[in-house]
Amino acid sequence: MLSVNGIYKVFNPGTVNQKIALRNVSIEMEEGDFVTLIGGNGAGKSTLLNCVAGVYGVDRGTINIAGTDATKLPEHKRATMLGRVFQDPMMGTASDMILEENLALALRRGQPRGFKWGITSKERETYRQMLSHLDLGLENRLHTKVGLLSGGQRQAVTLLMATIKKPKLLLLDEHTAALDPKTAERVLALTDKLISENNLTTMMVTHNMRDAIKHGNRLIMMHDGRIILDIRGEEKKKLTVESLLKRFGSASGEEFTYDRALLS
Amino acid sequence: MLDIIKGAVSLGLLWSVMTIGVYITYRVLDIADLTVEGSIAMGAAIAAQAITNGINPYIATGISLLGGMAAGLVTGLLHTKLKIPALLSGILTMIALYSINLRILGKASLSLLRMETVYTPFERLGLDSSWAIIALGLISVIIVICFLYWFFGTEIGCAIRATGNNPNMVRAQGINTNTMIIIGLVISNGLVALSGALISQNQTFADVQMGTGSIVIGLASVIIGEVLFGKRNFFLRLVSLAMGAITYRIIIALVLKMGMHSNDLKLFTAITVAVALALPIIKAYINPPKIAIEEGE
Ligand SMILES: Nc1ncnc2c1ncn2[C@@H]1O[C@H](COP(=O)(O)OP(=O)(O)O)[C@@H](O)[C@H]1O
Ligand SMILES: [Mg+2]
Repeated sequence: MLSVNGIYKVFNPGTVNQKIALRNVSIEMEEGDFVTLIGGNGAGKSTLLNCVAGVYGVDRGTINIAGTDATKLPEHKRATMLGRVFQDPMMGTASDMILEENLALALRRGQPRGFKWGITSKERETYRQMLSHLDLGLENRLHTKVGLLSGGQRQAVTLLMATIKKPKLLLLDEHTAALDPKTAERVLALTDKLISENNLTTMMVTHNMRDAIKHGNRLIMMHDGRIILDIRGEEKKKLTVESLLKRFGSASGEEFTYDRALLS
Repeated sequence: MLDIIKGAVSLGLLWSVMTIGVYITYRVLDIADLTVEGSIAMGAAIAAQAITNGINPYIATGISLLGGMAAGLVTGLLHTKLKIPALLSGILTMIALYSINLRILGKASLSLLRMETVYTPFERLGLDSSWAIIALGLISVIIVICFLYWFFGTEIGCAIRATGNNPNMVRAQGINTNTMIIIGLVISNGLVALSGALISQNQTFADVQMGTGSIVIGLASVIIGEVLFGKRNFFLRLVSLAMGAITYRIIIALVLKMGMHSNDLKLFTAITVAVALALPIIKAYINPPKIAIEEGE
């Protein structure tokens, strides 16, 4: 479903601020894979997701999404195959537009936009139903500006928007990191539910080792722009925080100094 | 006094079309587009030259609309394809249009005295000249408002509104934000040029200088409309823009009547807009916002 082949990404090339954010990264994801992606600050996780999504072009290597060579496709064209949720709850929705307008934009992902009405009354019923499944009381707030919703509500809405048209690949970049622990847990549970109901191929970045171990069928760890661990199947099921830390140490030759992950 | 108000209303209606154009870039797209200074004069120049050459005034006005759209397209391409900042793209087109407008006019100013204009048919119906302007101005504003109300409710229109709000999200939904920005600039400058064509036929001349300061007049009208007439839904917001443009003209007529020199008008308008834009800061200074502590869900 996703095939990343030896990609490099260099920021500010040729200047004193040159930063090689990705070094020869390759990943093969099968349909239905749910990868949790973990690594310290600056390891290159967001850069990897942004390169897959086309926010940045890559400097070397290729990216293939669902059989399409996406290496040179612009962001908005790749978006027809992708669902994305970002760390910042402000990023995924248009805050000055009302809830149903946001959902209507997402429902038309992958279709050319024309002169038909932006929202039909038939859709509203669907939205109401989908929102009532979120259990956040949003089904009666279709006409509320999204900017007035809480961070957790906005992330739940963004998740719904990312999956309302089944994407070939769902990219989640620390989408619960800005939420309080209780809300984060609810959004994560909702994430699990949407992924399993729709059998979505997913890559989820998390800063929390426990979450990375608990969710998904495969765990990838990045360090300094490289993939250093790729654990799947039975082996993934048996992982503990301690064993993961030990394996990080032997793979990277460094002590794991990522306090956020240790503390949680 | 009544005549002054009547004159102000008629002029305000003609400038409403321009104000709505400015609103599309300034509020909907969140871009301060200076192209308008050139495209309003361009609309006037095209209409005057076409009418002088015996073209039907309505067709001439239509050509002005197309000319303005082309100007918007140029700014849009400079901004989206060549990645020149929006403000600078607008300035470049504006400057280029100054030369182009001189070419169109052939000289600095062109008179339309005693020529047939878009207002002539209304005068033939027995309306005096300012009622003729009010009638046609009203028709134009109503058509423009209805068109935009429909347009911004369509799929493309929604995508344009979202682009001004959060372009990242719009791209993530598979929409080419560059195209949306270009469409918005094209429509906006088309309306501004249309307004210029109507204004020049009202004042019976086109002048290459007539765009100078028009962006500030447009902004003043947008802000007056929003402050005085609220903005509940999109339709009323468009209506409030027209009300803002009319109110602006009435204010100007009154301060002139009270003895302000017409040379000082632009200074007066600029100060008004600066104060209006600073209102949120002034308000916060007088009445500091209480810190809201967010509760968990
Ligand atoms: N737009 C950018 N310009 C320059 N450097 C960047 C940019 N984005 C990321 N980087 C750098 O690339 C490295 C990887 O960043 P990122 O992918 O955001 O890490 P992570 O998400 O794993 O914390 C960091 O050193 C970061 O400073
Ligand atoms: Mg990151």
